[in-house]
Amino acid sequence: MKVTFPHMGTIDLVLSDLFDRTGLEYIIPPRTSERTLQLGLRYSPEFACLPLKITLGNFIEALEAGADTLLMAGGVGPCRFGYYAEVQKCILKEAGYDFDMIILEPPAMGWKLFIDTLRLLAPGKSIRQIWRIIKTGFRKARAIDELEKYVLKYRAYEVKRGDMTKAYKKALEIIKPAITDEEITEAREEAFSILEGVEKDLGRPCLKVGIIGEFYLLLEPFANFGIEEYLGNMGISLERSVYLSDWISPSSKNLIMGISDQEVAQAARPYLNHFVGGEGLPSVGHTVIYAKEGFDGVIHLFPFTCMPDTIAKSILPKVSRDYDIPVISFVIDEQTGRAGLITRLEAFIDLLASRRKQKSKLHKEHDVLVNPRFGVDVTLSNSERGLA
Amino acid sequence: MNATVGIPQALLFYKYYPLWETFLKELGVDIVVSNPTTKKIVNSGTSLAENELCLPVKIFFGHLVDLKDRVDAIFVPRVVSVERGTYTCPKFLGLPDLARSLDTQLPKILDPVFNSRLGRKRFYESIFDFGKQFTKSKFRIWRAWMAGVSAQKAYQKKLLAGATPIEAIADEQVSTNNGDLKIGLAGHPYNVHDPYINLNLIKKLKKWGVSVATEEMIPPKILEHEANRLPKRLFWSYEREVVGAAFHWMRNKSVDGIIYILSFACGQDSLIQVLLESEAKKRKSVPLMSLVIDEHSGEAGMITRVEAFIDMLRWRAV
Ligand code: SF4
Ligand code: SF4
Repeated sequence: MKVTFPHMGTIDLVLSDLFDRTGLEYIIPPRTSERTLQLGLRYSPEFACLPLKITLGNFIEALEAGADTLLMAGGVGPCRFGYYAEVQKCILKEAGYDFDMIILEPPAMGWKLFIDTLRLLAPGKSIRQIWRIIKTGFRKARAIDELEKYVLKYRAYEVKRGDMTKAYKKALEIIKPAITDEEITEAREEAFSILEGVEKDLGRPCLKVGIIGEFYLLLEPFANFGIEEYLGNMGISLERSVYLSDWISPSSKNLIMGISDQEVAQAARPYLNHFVGGEGLPSVGHTVIYAKEGFDGVIHLFPFTCMPDTIAKSILPKVSRDYDIPVISFVIDEQTGRAGLITRLEAFIDLLASRRKQKSKLHKEHDVLVNPRFGVDVTLSNSERGLA
Repeated sequence: MNATVGIPQALLFYKYYPLWETFLKELGVDIVVSNPTTKKIVNSGTSLAENELCLPVKIFFGHLVDLKDRVDAIFVPRVVSVERGTYTCPKFLGLPDLARSLDTQLPKILDPVFNSRLGRKRFYESIFDFGKQFTKSKFRIWRAWMAGVSAQKAYQKKLLAGATPIEAIADEQVSTNNGDLKIGLAGHPYNVHDPYINLNLIKKLKKWGVSVATEEMIPPKILEHEANRLPKRLFWSYEREVVGAAFHWMRNKSVDGIIYILSFACGQDSLIQVLLESEAKKRKSVPLMSLVIDEHSGEAGMITRVEAFIDMLRWRAV
């Protein structure tokens, strides 16, 4: 059995680590590329959301590379994700591929099923052993997420452009081979010292922007056009509403992101009083929280036809008005081009910068410089509200 | 004078109007139903809605606008789940919030929560909670609800006997339905039964000598049973009914063809379409045609496609 799984940000690091521990043979699909997308599109239903299409492409490329078992998460709704695996199986079988599929359904569908599936993924291991493997796996996944969170926040402050991105790569390389709990702790410290060693100018008045939206789009750089790295390079400090280990973990605490599901729901309540699947509720809640914390703006990313975040998009203009915080929504599908996205993004950043400038005039603070490394100053003529 | 409460003639109206109407009336309010969907309603809804929303929700917004100056409140329940272990559509879970966030002045939104996932007790608690604003008497609320339930049962009986929701609600005579060909219309009830959305498909089919079957004419037990043939239980109730009906027709060949009406940008429809088309291919018993509808669907194009489908079915029958 050669198992494979779709890409989603750093999930390949987390899963390959787990399978190394359980002793399962696996194939990591080629990094998601234009080819992946095109393969996925060939077989996908037109109105499926982008994550289904891209991950279908991952599966096809992995099958080409010799995988024979596909691993996919399941779910109990109400967002489509929970039925993805079934539909992908149906599509690929019809296209003539031969494979087995393991669907990891959440315990909400029954503990027995859940544990049986885990046993399949960890042949010959006892429940206790599996439990320990998962625990250590989580520890590592969290360490990786912590690094990412740090990079998102501090890339904007690096003195030499590109340093942080390079350091991040190095840090990941250090953490990858860590096996035992002690090794993970040690590697984490070492990795952090590399990130902290990047020369920064913390006095620089950077814009602070929150990124919210659908989890796959937030986590997978191919799908979001590497927007975070781009913004960081522009000199914008970021915080994000979803991290991989928070998303996988059944706990509602969100250790990495730092705000519990309950707090997020509480913040969203005046605008959205019920969860609607996916990240619909968190998208609204986080916007409120970012606004209260004084962020300069919020960027909302989600796939076309995504139901939960379409609901959020309908509600966000009201939040934006009430809290006077610019929010821009990007609806992404296979036709979205990077150039168009960047143009809109730049206009949005200009707007944020001019708002900050106005505010700092009132408070006699520093002016903000966007992209100080290139010496590009901001055009301040943008008076349009940041509503898309 | 009684307060007037508006009920939009859209979305779940087609499923639950008799229940809602009776329940609210028994609680002592007057009911105003919005006008049937028109171009004006569609336009006012579309102009308020985010572009990415599905057409049925946009149209729902139009019905809110249609009601807003005529009523004291509008009834927009949050229908989370109608049977254990399933959901409705995410948009129904957030519907009252979507309504409130519209950039227009609306009357008060009445949004009781219907959620069967939480068990009977919590379900009724939320009904009492809602009823409290009309009467202090729990007994009266209970009676109103039970009256609603029996109205709903009577309604479903009429549907089973072949009335369309519009006919059953208006207590009209059931239009004749015996052509030489029979087509099953699969899809969400608001797509199948709102004549504006589907460009009057039911009437047209009947005019062309085609009789029409819909999911409402199939007993729920059968729908349930058929939908259970999917490898994984679908967690959306209404989609289970859509799949159940289509599978039923494919299996017992009680129709000559199936037209599946789906909304552009509807999440559920995008997946259901795969399941239905794959089943149709496997069984090769009953031809299936998918008809995608959005605000730009042109009548001419649709008629051509449906006519071609019917011609094909008649050829097969020869
Ligand atoms: S959250 Fe949205 S994009 Fe993601 S799987 Fe669900 S419907 Fe699709
Ligand atoms: S089920 Fe589909 S068509 Fe109906 S409201 Fe939900 S998204 Fe729209």
